[in-house]
Amino acid sequence: MTTSHAIEARGLVKVFGDNRAVDGVDLEVRTGSVYGVLGPNGAGKTTTIRMLATLLRPDGGTATVLGHDVVREPQAVRSLIGVTGQYASVDEALSATENLVLFGRLLGLSGRAARLKSAELLEEFDLTAAAKRPLKDFSGGMRRRLDLAASLIARPPLIFLDEPTTGLDPRTRLQMWDTIRRLVAEGSTVLLTTQYLDEADQLADRIAVIDRGRVVAEGTADDLKKSVGSQALQLVVPLGSLPDGVPVARAAQAAVLEVVGQEAVVTPLADGTRLTVPLDMAAAVADVLVRLRAADVEVRELTLSKPTLDEVFLALTGHGAEPQGETEPAAPTLEKVTA
Amino acid sequence: MTTATFTPPATVPASGTNSLGATASQALAMAWRGLIKIRRTPEQLVDVTVQPILFTLMFTFLFGGAIAGSIADYLPTIIPGILVQTVITTSMVTGVQLREDMDKGVFDRFRSLPIARIAPLAGALLADTVRYLIATTLTVVMGLILGWRPGSVVGVVLSGLLVMFCAWSLSWIFAFAGVSARTAASVQGISFLVLFPLTFLSNAFVPADTLPGWLKAFVDVNPVSHLITAVRELSATGTATSEVLWALLGALVVVLVFAPLAVRGYMRKA
Repeated sequence: MTTSHAIEARGLVKVFGDNRAVDGVDLEVRTGSVYGVLGPNGAGKTTTIRMLATLLRPDGGTATVLGHDVVREPQAVRSLIGVTGQYASVDEALSATENLVLFGRLLGLSGRAARLKSAELLEEFDLTAAAKRPLKDFSGGMRRRLDLAASLIARPPLIFLDEPTTGLDPRTRLQMWDTIRRLVAEGSTVLLTTQYLDEADQLADRIAVIDRGRVVAEGTADDLKKSVGSQALQLVVPLGSLPDGVPVARAAQAAVLEVVGQEAVVTPLADGTRLTVPLDMAAAVADVLVRLRAADVEVRELTLSKPTLDEVFLALTGHGAEPQGETEPAAPTLEKVTA
Repeated sequence: MTTATFTPPATVPASGTNSLGATASQALAMAWRGLIKIRRTPEQLVDVTVQPILFTLMFTFLFGGAIAGSIADYLPTIIPGILVQTVITTSMVTGVQLREDMDKGVFDRFRSLPIARIAPLAGALLADTVRYLIATTLTVVMGLILGWRPGSVVGVVLSGLLVMFCAWSLSWIFAFAGVSARTAASVQGISFLVLFPLTFLSNAFVPADTLPGWLKAFVDVNPVSHLITAVRELSATGTATSEVLWALLGALVVVLVFAPLAVRGYMRKA
């Protein structure tokens, strides 16, 4: 078995009732890399991680973690991984120190070694001052840091991070990113899931976009952005029609299609219409504006931004990144992109 | 920020199963967690503190005159009865707490660690013996305050250990309910259904001779009755009779039946 891959998954399937939460996922994660699994709520990210981390038994397919089969050798896998996520958390009845000491002792450290390790990790994660405080007084960022610290006691070569920054404020999020980068610099392999395109872009060497339990695109962040455009242009035009009777929104859409060569996504607003379209170069905005003026379309608002997950999804799957918990299984027509 | 050196702890097995020694130390670590939780949330000790005091006072004064002619004469009967009833009732909490614990996120982390699967369960049951100890001590002390004068100190200590062992054995039933049931509330419901007949349909409060034949038949085979009789004899005279053996046998059967069931149900979820 090759050891250049930290994770190799083939055709992983997990079914909950009628819902095929994970429906044939393949993943290959190189040792020493950061791999991002990107997708909206309910796409099957967490279920995939739980199967790889031996917390759920797959209903189909195989997966190996650092050469060990997750079903046949779960204990071997568990000794090589750290899991941090919305679920694998810490004990709220215990203080930060007590949690780390507990996990240290469970991992076979003596009481003294566990206390030393705990102090060392609290220092490393900037939690020393809060070591004895009850966990209910911890901020979201402190909780995540403690969760992460608890996964690192045995310094596992592979770390699973399930949505490490969901719900964190921007500053705390940046701190978390730094922490993750440091882990990677120290040689760990990281598999992280996220709902944020920029997070995957910032941290991951390769990204798998997952939608309704399937991988719909896989590649580097650059590959992904090429398929989406590096920028997204948003225009707001007024309601109503032009003098020739054509609705403003339709005229604007035609103009955008002509310049950009791609259909804009139309969102009705209370007092206007929003059009969103991916752009490869910011300079193309000028051409769009010129063409719109020529068509007598008034532009109320214009923003140029990084594409959101929603836009990536639109580009890759033809539908937005709405939560998918209750939706139908993926239709076969969705597999139009393989990066 | 310091950069730590990575030497994974040597005792973590790279593959395979945990040794017996490692399993025991993991169970002890889990028990240590249980004790911290008890210390942090003393309100969950209400059942082992208030109940022994309240029940001892209530039943002694309520039934004393009617059943034994006087409070003092009733004490050697009622104190062992309440001791057994209270401590055994305490074992019910094991299942409820186990269920609550398993629903929490931290259980997922336990399951992602290379530890023996049985360790969290064993640790929880181990920590609960502290609860039995509190309930036992309080009931005995209440009895002494009310005027109970047992004939043998060694007998009382042995009785306490016997009761605690039996409660621990019974807690496997509730652990089984805990891992099988969907919610903590349903665990509580199931547990009451098991406990009420076992503890009340016994010789804890009244001599079995006064009961109708069919009920007496049940009371006579009820292992709890044997346990109560064993405690009465031990505390009064310090001698262990065959009743002790019957109580131990009953406890052993419970463990042999329910421990594998509980462990299997637990493993399926763990």
